[in-house]
Amino acid sequence: MGNLVLEALCKRYGSSTAVERVDLEVKQGEMVALLGPSGCGKTTTLRMVAGFIPPSEGRILIGGQDVTRRPAHARDTGMVFQSYALFPHMTVGQNVAFGLEMRKVGRAERDGRVMEALRLVRLDHLADRLPRQLSGGQQQRVALARALVVNPAVFLLDEPLSNLDAKLRGEVRMEIRALQQRLGLTTLIVTHDQEEALTMADRLVVMERGRVRQVGTAEELYENPTDPFVAGFVGRCNLIEGRLEAPGGFRAASGALLHCDVEAAEARPDAALLALRPERIGLQPDAEGGGRVAAVTYLGAQTEYLVEQDGTSLLIIRPTPTLADPLRRLAVGDAVTLSWEAAAARLLPAAT
Amino acid sequence: MSMPAPSRLLFHAVVAAAFALMLAPVVMVMVISVFRQEIVSFPPPGLTLDWYVNAWDRQEFARGFVSSLQVALMATLIGVPTGTAAAYAIARGWLPGKGAVNTLLLSPLAVPGVVAGTALYMFYLRAEFWIDADITATLHGLVAAHVLLTIPWTVRLVSASLAQLDRSAEEAAANLGARPFTVFRRVTLPMMRPGIVAACLFSFIQSFENLELSLLLVGPGRTTLPVAMLSYLEFRIDPTLAAVATVQILLVGGLMLLTDRFVKLSRVV
Repeated sequence: MGNLVLEALCKRYGSSTAVERVDLEVKQGEMVALLGPSGCGKTTTLRMVAGFIPPSEGRILIGGQDVTRRPAHARDTGMVFQSYALFPHMTVGQNVAFGLEMRKVGRAERDGRVMEALRLVRLDHLADRLPRQLSGGQQQRVALARALVVNPAVFLLDEPLSNLDAKLRGEVRMEIRALQQRLGLTTLIVTHDQEEALTMADRLVVMERGRVRQVGTAEELYENPTDPFVAGFVGRCNLIEGRLEAPGGFRAASGALLHCDVEAAEARPDAALLALRPERIGLQPDAEGGGRVAAVTYLGAQTEYLVEQDGTSLLIIRPTPTLADPLRRLAVGDAVTLSWEAAAARLLPAAT
Repeated sequence: MSMPAPSRLLFHAVVAAAFALMLAPVVMVMVISVFRQEIVSFPPPGLTLDWYVNAWDRQEFARGFVSSLQVALMATLIGVPTGTAAAYAIARGWLPGKGAVNTLLLSPLAVPGVVAGTALYMFYLRAEFWIDADITATLHGLVAAHVLLTIPWTVRLVSASLAQLDRSAEEAAANLGARPFTVFRRVTLPMMRPGIVAACLFSFIQSFENLELSLLLVGPGRTTLPVAMLSYLEFRIDPTLAAVATVQILLVGGLMLLTDRFVKLSRVV
């Protein structure tokens, strides 16, 4: 057990950069998610930690020890692969026992620990099966047991849920999180699915094009994105280009004047983008209003509205109004007034 | 795949015709081997197993069978490990110019057997002069030639199975603490097994029934079965050959069935 520290970790292939100076600490018992679109460098980072890819620069420390130059088999990480990577010619029990065998654990202790690990994932009754005789969800749990049975210092998960169907994904997600917390595992998980990252991880690292864009809790990233990419990637967001004008006013490129927090504006005078979450915008039918409804999409619990105001399109998401609510009868072409708290409008620098 | 009824019917008819076309000669040989008359004619005047007795009595077939077996076994034992090692090296990339090596290893398949056999014969004569030892008409000379059949087949089949192999299983083994050689022995090699078994089978069959390559390299008293059959044919035409061929067919068919119990042939070929 221990923490995981990445120091200025870089990976270059010729002239292209896969990972650019990643600094990160995963504390003992913490679960951190590397989140980003494909090709953002998150998997490369994970594979560098596991020892499958040698870093071009930087250091990796596990429990304070520099493991940067150590081969994969001497790193004491437990990894769950996207494809599960079970050994097809070994039974479930043999798969789980493999790591203990490599650590020269005696047979008696080995058998006990294998069964214990399989009980942990509720598969102790299938120890004699071959992987191909199991369902995808069961295979996934074997992979978990196999990685956990050796008590790795660092637990690594590479898109562990992407091969499961939607219903199973939710269950396994909870299961992994519960295990991780119960065993106090220092965990790094790679995912492109923000819901997965938001629900499972203590902290998220949003990556794009090899760089870390922002690190924070789900709430910090959602409520207080400091980067346009993060604002757009984590949750949905209206991103409006423009510049600050007068205190508390943001002039959109299209000409609309949108209000924002005065203090926030003073803190970031160079703001080039205004970020506004769709569910933070209030909507009122108003014949005198400056907005015009361009689309209404009924989604059951929620309804999405697209409103044009002075040449700017804004997405608004509201809980679907009750039948009595006049908002319920809102139709395309109707005039509306929009409102939001000044603090809900985040000011961001230009995208890089 | 669902198809409308008429095209499905046509599809089945074409498949059936293809099977009939491929199996007809095999079945014909087996049928003819029990015809009583020396010159084959329909309907047969009667049935007999005399041709099998005759084949057994004639020493050249029994001896040819044994030496074919010897050659095929040895060529397989040499060619499969060599070819497997080569395929592994090519697939895993610590080899400069591996594309060229791959082509070179597969190239014997592209050369007609008679041409390769003649070339080898001439080369052997030259080599005998240099090293002052017999190569033509010896067992090792023939085995060396047949390794040219078993290596390409092995490289081809094992490469295919390596290409399908999930590399992350090897990474998982390393992640669990296995050193590179242990990873190879405990994970990679067992996962390659279907390909290797298929390579053994095909190498053996290719060598066992090879005629063209062996033609010039066999010597008196050391003839392989196919060559023995050809020489018999030069002087006589009677169902003895059909009887020998039937034994050969049954042996090869039996080998395939046996292999299929361990590896699904449809998955590797």
